[in-house]
Amino acid sequence: MRLYNYIYCALAGVVLSAGMASAQALVYCSEGSPEGFDPALYTSGTTFDASSHPIYNRLVEFKVGTTEVIPALAESYSVSDDGLTVTFNLRKGVQFHSSDKFTPSRDFNADDVIFSFDRQGNPDNPYHQVSGGTWEYYGGMSMPSLIKSIEKTDDYTVVFHLNRPEAPIIANMAMDFASIVSKEYADAMLAAGTPEMVNQAPIGTGPFQFQAYQKDAVIRYIRNDAYWGDPARVQALIFAITPDASVRYQKIQAGECHVMAYPNPADISAMKADANTVVLEQEGLNVGYLAYNTTQPPYDNPKVRKALNMAIDKQAIIDVVFQGSGQIAKNPLPPTMWSYNQATVDDAYDPAAANAMLEAEGVTGLDMKIWAMPVQRPYNPNARRMAELMQADFAKVGVNVEIVSYEWGEYLSRSKSKDRDGAVLLGWTGDNGDPDNFLAVLLGCDGVEASNRAQWCHAPFDDLIQQAKVTSDVAERTRLYEQAQLIFKDQAPWATIAHSVVHMVTRPEVDGYVVHPLGGHIFNQVGLK
Amino acid sequence: MLKFLGSRILTFVPTFLGVAFISFAFIRVLPGDPIIVMAGERGMSEERYAELKAQFGFDQPFLVQFWEYFTGILQGDLGQSFVTKRPVWDEFFTLFPATLELALCGMVFAVLLGLPAGVIAAVNRGKLWDRLFMSSALVAYSMPIFWWALLLIIVFSGHLQWTPVSGRIDLVYYFPDATGFMLYDAAVSGQKGALWSAIRHLILPTLVLGTIPLAVIARQTRSAMLEVLGEDYIRTARAKGLPPARINAVHALRNSLIPVITVIGLSVGTLLAGAILTETIFSWPGIGKWMVDSIFRRDYPVVQGGLMLIAVMVMIVNLTVDVLYGVINPKIRKRS
Repeated sequence: MRLYNYIYCALAGVVLSAGMASAQALVYCSEGSPEGFDPALYTSGTTFDASSHPIYNRLVEFKVGTTEVIPALAESYSVSDDGLTVTFNLRKGVQFHSSDKFTPSRDFNADDVIFSFDRQGNPDNPYHQVSGGTWEYYGGMSMPSLIKSIEKTDDYTVVFHLNRPEAPIIANMAMDFASIVSKEYADAMLAAGTPEMVNQAPIGTGPFQFQAYQKDAVIRYIRNDAYWGDPARVQALIFAITPDASVRYQKIQAGECHVMAYPNPADISAMKADANTVVLEQEGLNVGYLAYNTTQPPYDNPKVRKALNMAIDKQAIIDVVFQGSGQIAKNPLPPTMWSYNQATVDDAYDPAAANAMLEAEGVTGLDMKIWAMPVQRPYNPNARRMAELMQADFAKVGVNVEIVSYEWGEYLSRSKSKDRDGAVLLGWTGDNGDPDNFLAVLLGCDGVEASNRAQWCHAPFDDLIQQAKVTSDVAERTRLYEQAQLIFKDQAPWATIAHSVVHMVTRPEVDGYVVHPLGGHIFNQVGLK
Repeated sequence: MLKFLGSRILTFVPTFLGVAFISFAFIRVLPGDPIIVMAGERGMSEERYAELKAQFGFDQPFLVQFWEYFTGILQGDLGQSFVTKRPVWDEFFTLFPATLELALCGMVFAVLLGLPAGVIAAVNRGKLWDRLFMSSALVAYSMPIFWWALLLIIVFSGHLQWTPVSGRIDLVYYFPDATGFMLYDAAVSGQKGALWSAIRHLILPTLVLGTIPLAVIARQTRSAMLEVLGEDYIRTARAKGLPPARINAVHALRNSLIPVITVIGLSVGTLLAGAILTETIFSWPGIGKWMVDSIFRRDYPVVQGGLMLIAVMVMIVNLTVDVLYGVINPKIRKRS
């Protein structure tokens, strides 16, 4: 065992022997294991919780508890009038972490920014293929086609040249895949023949420094005392990986952890009554929906879709499927998102009126399929049960429903097809807090036969979201998106079903924990009383 | 004995080949494309899909893919996980000690209690002890593991606070893995109380994991003992006036052990493949959960490599059982 490890063992021992109730070590019972520690390589929230949030920073970040973008490693930024150039002025004096394998010889600068993006987009970069990199988020957010070049003007100024104006680019820069890694560390690991260490033994600029990972068991971090921002309030952060929700509850009751994620909905009421636990809740940045295939009759008729929407008893779904941990969705955007249109009026549950509307459109004895996802998601905890409830609702208006399901990969693949027979249950969790990430991705014409499962391409709607994409004025974008939501509601390509309510459970001595609307679990600002 | 061992080891070769092929084909037979599963709801463009397909080698014919995989195995390369991007070999040997430690503890617990329970039940056939042990064994065998584990956690960790809820050691103790076997690592760590903490963390998982093998061993021992106790040589031993304890322990038990060892061998084989429920509930970082997660994620290299390594472990256990047969009964050794 190296000297470095001894030092950290000793430090961890001192920190923890003071007892978990002291203001030293915060223990988080997480729901799963991270896939790795380089956030650009992965897409799961569990991995981001363990990597990008404690260890790394980005040029800009989401203010904790909001989707507001604030400066981070960039002190300021500006967008040119034509929207094609974004200039970031970098913060000076930011230090990278040290480890037994690496001691930085310089502070963070423009080279690190360029490297962090170049390795994702440039196949010739030596790190492009390292760790089997597929750079899903970089590709998924259309960065290869968006970024023309990245230029270093000086050590503390970086300019992104874009192929087209795109307002959400700033929000994209706050996403986990845009975390800034150390070029100096990457070069050192490449020279040592161990480039995979960038993913396995991460070096960042974040509030916590990675200490050790015992696979599927424990992740340990210590506070970065040289942090450029407000230092973390605890000296050590520990993730105790606990996949079973009931066991997480037992652990938090027994004082074996301070914060736990993803409680069982059935346990929430007991937790609220328990003196050992505090339950925090907030609407999730997600939406669960039923997407009709709007290219096929009779679902190509907006009146038929609207009638079907009116036949669904959403409150029953919230009660039964979400067990109260959800709220009815009336817009395709979640209510925590800016530009959410409060004025939208949801389709009222009225089977008699729905029946009359279907008859007026000549639809009688309709046989339809509802696709039920085989997996559990926050926006749909039990798709099979949801489909069964809809089946019963539709039966009341004379529609005979057959429920179908496929293996998840097959489901995703087949549901994209324009020839798909039936309406699909699916949903979406926001990536960057920008409305474009919902409306353009899920309902834009570019998404047909891809992420637009309704295959809905409606020019008045699409024009609005395309216009909003290239507009940088937030007030104007808000107006455009609000208008788009009204068109959506009128045309009803989906039945909007629910937004989940996210619950987090802490012990009473935990201070400052905030539920983050983007779903991440962030501990910089958390202390222990 | 060497010839016996040699012939057994030779049977490894076709088994190994078969397992390599079946594990490779099995995951590909399942519906679901790993690239699409990886992309999730976000999906990806046709070009990106084709690029990744080529990167993972899925654009090659099946047999070409198998040949590349198989030649990789012969060079000790089991591939790299699609998900964690780490070599399968490294992942397996990081997790396997935890599984092995728990499996061994579970089996020791099952054998130490199951064997005497079976013997006592057989010797007292039809009496109170027999009925008590055998009905308990039936209950133990029938209990759903997740229910049993949660019940023990709620009672012993929650209400009585005698044992920790989950994990392998208190978070107060931290030392880099020396072997991955927590009992050993804790003992040599030099940290006061670490070994005791590791033992306390093992109690409930051992109890849960050992419950079903305990029931099976007890019932198997009882039935094997009853069969032997009816043999002529036992009657002869009794007629010669040997003490009952000696008859039961030396003459009867030893001759009943063959079927019992078979059951123990099969149980060890099963436990080495990982105990998915026990590992999940007790947050035990073993290979059971790792394998199941990999199947759901269509992480081909992990499923293929993991299955093969588990198969090799099971083959080694079977070989050990075969050797033990020979040790217990020289006739088997001579026949071979």
